Amino acid sequence: MTELLLGTKKGLFALEGEPGAEFEVRSRAFAGEPVDFAMRDPATGRAIATMTSPFYGPKIFYAEDPAGEWTQAEGVALPEGGDQALERIWVIVAGADGSLYAGGDPGVLFESRDGGASWTLNQSLWEHRVNEDWQPGGGGLCLHSIVPWPGEPDKLAIAVSAAGVWLTEDHGETWRRGNRGIVPRYLPEDAREDTFQLCVHRMERAARDPQRMFIQFHGGVYRSDDAGGSWTAIGDGLPSDFGFPLALDPADPDSAYVIPLTGDFDRVTPDGRVCVYETRDGGLTWTPRGDGLPPDHAYLTVLRRAFDRAGEGSSLQLYFGATSGDVFGSGDAGGSWFTAATRLPPVFSVTASGSE
Amino acid sequence: MALVCVHGPLRKLADGRAEVQISGATVEELLRGLEHEHPAVAGWILDERGAIRRHINVFVNGERGREETAVGASDRVEILPAITGGAS
Repeated sequence: MTELLLGTKKGLFALEGEPGAEFEVRSRAFAGEPVDFAMRDPATGRAIATMTSPFYGPKIFYAEDPAGEWTQAEGVALPEGGDQALERIWVIVAGADGSLYAGGDPGVLFESRDGGASWTLNQSLWEHRVNEDWQPGGGGLCLHSIVPWPGEPDKLAIAVSAAGVWLTEDHGETWRRGNRGIVPRYLPEDAREDTFQLCVHRMERAARDPQRMFIQFHGGVYRSDDAGGSWTAIGDGLPSDFGFPLALDPADPDSAYVIPLTGDFDRVTPDGRVCVYETRDGGLTWTPRGDGLPPDHAYLTVLRRAFDRAGEGSSLQLYFGATSGDVFGSGDAGGSWFTAATRLPPVFSVTASGSE
Repeated sequence: MALVCVHGPLRKLADGRAEVQISGATVEELLRGLEHEHPAVAGWILDERGAIRRHINVFVNGERGREETAVGASDRVEILPAITGGAS
């Protein structure tokens, strides 16, 4: 049985099912509220969700059961008395040592060492944020990707739109940038070289080869073979190298899946055709994987955290949700697709668990 | 002490109370007092800067108030979510 936790514009939905058939909606929480992200903590089994009330601000909650009682977490705030307020939490990711990380706007990282009950701001990164000119993207200054290093909890990579990639090897005590090779085509050519205004849309690390990482950029797909130190463009062969989400097969460091959108001027699936693209050679070639997905007149937008996987290898499952409220899944690594849910509120995030 | 009236989810955070008697000379002092008496309210009305959240309205005796608005001992202070939406 696979569980999907869907953060949507109007609440958190927990779905369950088996690949190949429509999933059952098991519960809805935070009715009416925007739930930006939700996940299962693999260390505790808890569900962790982040909700940004338009009235009361961003909060993190946790529950043993998504259908049960949710408790507000502590510490999810910026230092009091400053000139900035926390706008939103974008993502929550399990670290390599049982900890949890949360990333948010304005470019902030929190860590929890008690299963999401309390959180502490990463002060070193916050000082970079305060002292440097970080520019927000259209969705705000969002820290949306947090990429642990399996087995080495001190190593972490994060990505911020639009402040690029940041790397730490001392558990967040110090940070350095990791942007060499990324080309921001949205800037004039003579402004690209020295800029730090880098709009990463999503970043992931290969589980079996942690030096290998992938980025979906704001125009461009990139691969790193040196743990984020430098990046090589691998978008040739895609119908568009603009998009938001990205997923990897943990069994294969050469694998990546992207969902191209037409471009930043038209953020829908190209030509009204929904299609996932897969590489198994580190981005040298891309193969369309659309069997079972809407083939025409489907102008969907898939947001950066609305694509996830469960399992790996030949049993890799892939799931993505669109702002149309449709959720699609594959039980065979993208070979074929089925409709997991329809007519939900706009889907902000998808996480899958249960079939490792 | 002024009478602070809370609505919606704030009522649950205020231990189920719809009205709370709080001392304070300004709206901000009242809201800080409310947070002190009911810590679960912290962060829901005032943000980290000490500002009333953008889509929260505070009325003092029926008039819109801000953080610095003076409050008297017999005043009634209502905290309400703003009329918002249309885009979502």
